[in-house]
Amino acid sequence: MGAAIVHAANPRLSRRALLKSGGALVIGFGLVNPALAQVLAGAERLIGKPLDPGELDGFFAVHADGSVTLFSGKVDLGQGLRVAYKQIVAEELGIAPDRVFLVEGDTALTPDQGPTAGSTGVMRGGVQIRRAAATAREALIRIASEQLGLPAEELETANGEVRSKTGGKGIGFGALIGDRRFAMKVDAKAKLKDPDSYTVVGKPLPRPDVPAKVTGTHPFVHDFKLPGMLHGRSIRPPSVGAKLVSVDEGSIKHIPGARVVRVDDFLGVVAEDEWDAVSAAGALKATWSQSAPLVGNMGVRDWMLAGPFESDQKIVNKGDAAAALGAAGEKLEATYYWPIQTHGSMGPSCAVADVRDGAATVWSASQATHKFRNVYAKMLDLAPDKVRVIYLDGSGCYGMNGHDDAGADAILLARAAGRPVRVQWSRADEHGWDPKGPPQMLKMQAALTPEGKIAAWRAEMWIPKATAGLPNVPLLAALEAGIAQTPGIATGLISQNGDPPYAADNVEVLVHWLKDSPLRPSNIRAPGKIANSWAVESFVDELALKAGKDPLEFRLAGLSNPRGIEVLKRTAALIGWKPRTAPNRSGRGQGIAYVHYKHNETLVAIGMDVEVDRRTGAVRVHRIACAHDCGQVINSDALKLQIEGNILQTLSRTLFEEVAFDKSRVTSLDWASYPILTFPDAPEILIDVIDRPKEPPLGAGEAATTPVPGALANAILDAVGARLRAVPFSRERIKEALERGAA
Amino acid sequence: MAKFSLMVNGRVQSVDSRDPAQPLLYVLRNALGLTGAKYGCGLGQCGACTVLVDGEAVRSCQFPVSAAAGRKITTVEGLGTPDKPHPVQEAFIAEQAAQCGYCVNGMVMTSAALLQKNPKPTPDQAKEALAANLCRCGTHQRIVRAVMRAAGRA
Repeated sequence: MGAAIVHAANPRLSRRALLKSGGALVIGFGLVNPALAQVLAGAERLIGKPLDPGELDGFFAVHADGSVTLFSGKVDLGQGLRVAYKQIVAEELGIAPDRVFLVEGDTALTPDQGPTAGSTGVMRGGVQIRRAAATAREALIRIASEQLGLPAEELETANGEVRSKTGGKGIGFGALIGDRRFAMKVDAKAKLKDPDSYTVVGKPLPRPDVPAKVTGTHPFVHDFKLPGMLHGRSIRPPSVGAKLVSVDEGSIKHIPGARVVRVDDFLGVVAEDEWDAVSAAGALKATWSQSAPLVGNMGVRDWMLAGPFESDQKIVNKGDAAAALGAAGEKLEATYYWPIQTHGSMGPSCAVADVRDGAATVWSASQATHKFRNVYAKMLDLAPDKVRVIYLDGSGCYGMNGHDDAGADAILLARAAGRPVRVQWSRADEHGWDPKGPPQMLKMQAALTPEGKIAAWRAEMWIPKATAGLPNVPLLAALEAGIAQTPGIATGLISQNGDPPYAADNVEVLVHWLKDSPLRPSNIRAPGKIANSWAVESFVDELALKAGKDPLEFRLAGLSNPRGIEVLKRTAALIGWKPRTAPNRSGRGQGIAYVHYKHNETLVAIGMDVEVDRRTGAVRVHRIACAHDCGQVINSDALKLQIEGNILQTLSRTLFEEVAFDKSRVTSLDWASYPILTFPDAPEILIDVIDRPKEPPLGAGEAATTPVPGALANAILDAVGARLRAVPFSRERIKEALERGAA
Repeated sequence: MAKFSLMVNGRVQSVDSRDPAQPLLYVLRNALGLTGAKYGCGLGQCGACTVLVDGEAVRSCQFPVSAAAGRKITTVEGLGTPDKPHPVQEAFIAEQAAQCGYCVNGMVMTSAALLQKNPKPTPDQAKEALAANLCRCGTHQRIVRAVMRAAGRA
């Protein structure tokens, strides 16, 4: 059983499906949105369709009414992929965007396109879908050519029809292939439309989900209901790694219908009513063993230097950095520390599971439904084809927050209850137990040539390899229940962008991979690259000032990539860059930073205009400027919104955020102890989007995060002469740096 | 099981609650199927659960159902619909002021309450009114613009 979600309802599809199914529907959002409940069954009808991304039918179904459903393995996590995909398909296929519907991340219906991670939604997923749409266009033209008796090269598609290029009546897609399969491979050689002819791609079309989101009718996984569904809560131990000694089931006897579920050290409650489940979780008395396996957030830096280490890896080795540093008369050295941070999703993680009759369905906000289908199957000792994971929108996650854990909690509770169970974590669960962005430490060393260029650059990084003993992030419920796990998703490519994008003859980057991490780590937006880029761009600034050069000029002189030079120059113009060769120390300053994301993707520069109060250490960011080049732009407004989000979220991470924990547990369990950016701190953001329609589209979900802390640190230095080498840039740190007279 | 009579979005609704301290949020979401208000923290810190009670923006995660009886409650669904949005919702749509959209209920409701009291706020006044509403996606600039647009100041 199960219910797929078609985003942006297709009423014709659904009415027909309703008739065919005799009205026996799984009503997921019946109370909220009856129309949507009908649509659910529309996609159900297509179960059994091909799922292979090499098959055209893996991606598309053309319906009798001529509308098209795209089956996308990648999902909209709030980043705007939904509208981007509609535009890509509409453009390449020749149909109106509002005639394209999406089914996202449903393992029974969508091809596995890999996790929605690493800023690959458009760059990889979109490009794959575009190729499939071009194949479909050619197929539709071939069919029409036979029916019309006209050569294929005289035909084109437009408005959901194939028609003669010279005009005349066309044949609708529905009449050509409606409700039938293409039964052909995606053609890697299918001809793509010339960007000069684009009418949809690049336009700022509104996102289809915004009206429902702002009127409270958008279907989040948190809002999903099934007939007979129970509410569950998982109860995590008071200390990381504690064992469950005993449970007093009598302690929740006063709550009608509430019951305890225990699987080894996994503990939870279920109840008919949600508030009863919450109350039972609070009232349940359990005894746990003592456990104190952690180093505490104050001990992370020492722990990182001490190890144990998995291995050392030289990931960049150009020229001979060690020799050049040794030969240099004077060298600069600085160490930078990025703390553990939480994803900080506004909505604690939630999932619904139904485990019955040797099969399981999980409704989840996962970034990787296909991967976690296998994880859940292993947990339940079921064949993967007996498990279906269906994506539903969650609260923005920016990486693997607790949502995959909530799914694991839900399947254990649902298996025990024999009824569907919805699990939502509490705020303390999410802050305390979501897998965290790992800590990073970087030591930079460099020397300059007599002319003031970079002679040698050496970076040493201390970063956790992943989680001890597993190549990927383990799920809590499986750990607690003593169930073996298959790999889910990993912490990401956290060692990239640690070497400068500027000319240098001798460069070395050495990674000290730590065996473990102080808290369970996972991928968090732009994994690793924010800290690496911050250290690089701070250190470049230090080198520029040492060389007596303006930081912007120093960067431009070291760049050969014209697209990189352009984003820097445009950002400087936008912020009104004032050249300098020393900090102005007036209390108000400017900083700039640049990244070529992963060294071969999106190019971004960020400039900041900030004010620092020497007395309080408070930073006020007035303006942030950003020029952004991600190649071909699919939707200019959705892109700008992603850039704004990247910037503000990273500003928050840089100014305010560090997970606090002691020897046993995370102690920053709410928004008071883990503050984030608020409205009064939100600066004005100026964005200059560079569209290159003839270039491949690149990612925009992460790149603009990376220059934020560098630009901010450099602006603070300019304002007051204090160089910050540890995040967050708290008032205390700024005052300390001022007292030290750093830099 | 105690019965409570609530006036929600202009309709009188009778709901049962074993616990009179049950927060209004759970009653709205489960008994009444109004899921626009979201659970974010249960602590009154984030604003995702905001509804209007007698016109005031209130954190429904902290507001017992017993206290809600007899009061006039408006949820985001009662403000407007996708086809007939309230002017504040219309402004949020025009500015595309949502990413994941989990917090946006609170943003819309708090903005609506602000504009009732102060129909022409400055951007700084809007930021101050929204200071205790958290957004993790970084939609702040759009949200402030939406409030300005709804106030006719765009």
